[in-house]
Amino acid sequence: MFLEKRKKEDPEIPSASLADIAFLLLIFFLVTTTIDVDTGIGLVLPPPPKPNQKPPPIKKRNMLKILVNAQGNILINDKPASMSEVKTKAEKFIDNMGKDPNLSESPDKAVVSLKTDSKTPYRIYIHMLDEVKGAYHDLRNSRSRQLYGKPFDELKDGSSKKKAIKKYFPEKISEAEPNKSD
Amino acid sequence: MPSFKKSKAKTSQEIPTASMPDIVFILLIFFMVTTVLREVKLRVKIDYVHAKNIQKIEQKRLVSYIYIGPEKLAGNKISDNTAIQIDDAIINNKTNIRQIMYDKLKQQPKLIVSLRVDKNAQMGIVTDVKQELRKAGTLRINYSTKPYPKGQM
Repeated sequence: MFLEKRKKEDPEIPSASLADIAFLLLIFFLVTTTIDVDTGIGLVLPPPPKPNQKPPPIKKRNMLKILVNAQGNILINDKPASMSEVKTKAEKFIDNMGKDPNLSESPDKAVVSLKTDSKTPYRIYIHMLDEVKGAYHDLRNSRSRQLYGKPFDELKDGSSKKKAIKKYFPEKISEAEPNKSD
Repeated sequence: MPSFKKSKAKTSQEIPTASMPDIVFILLIFFMVTTVLREVKLRVKIDYVHAKNIQKIEQKRLVSYIYIGPEKLAGNKISDNTAIQIDDAIINNKTNIRQIMYDKLKQQPKLIVSLRVDKNAQMGIVTDVKQELRKAGTLRINYSTKPYPKGQM
């Protein structure tokens, strides 16, 4: 009698709550996941200088010197300037094509040199770097529009067109060696 | 006389739920795989700088972070002096950065160093770190900046 009753018991593991358990886990991972993208301004540092190595000769006209002091005042080629002027001045300097004898000979020879005081706030430095990057970006964009009819960012990565423009407007941003006294 | 009797569909009216656990599990596995549980515990306070001309870092595997900012103290206080943090540790001696980054570069030759610097930090310490990075040979760097919030320039 008792044996017969036992046989009727379901031998399976109850799987009705499986979905609930999975949902619970799913919600946990949904909440903890952060799909955030890292953004930033990329830069390549120069290799360390060898002892007694002299800096490569650069003509004075091919160098745009930007200095920022601790108060955030800016000197561009020894003349005071404001942050909003940096971009236009940099663009003029890079895209001079040898017209103005005081500005660069050609975009690939132009070097923008940044120098900061050791007490300059980081945000001002980044703001300035951003402006210089913006100048290059604008120039690349307008050239890309001229040649290929679309902005630089829409060109395919690694395509010959993109490379050509990058070669035409290489981003030459130099960061001056810090003063020994700081 | 037309009959108003509702014609009942012969098929079952219920949505089959038998495959629901499977669907949920697939989603679950997706989120498990994409989740990064262990972020570094920040021991310095960092307010990111905003900038316009930024680019995304696509290969997160290549990135190693250096955090520079005022040190967090116990009891929600913030110290006045700026500290450097790599991974979980505060670096007291700047010359150690060279060895640490050199070791990292050996493991990952395409290393990108992302500098996450507080916006009020001074350039002096950033320049020092950069000099150490140059000596270590980790030349690809990235200043971590966030885009401006919409509607604010």
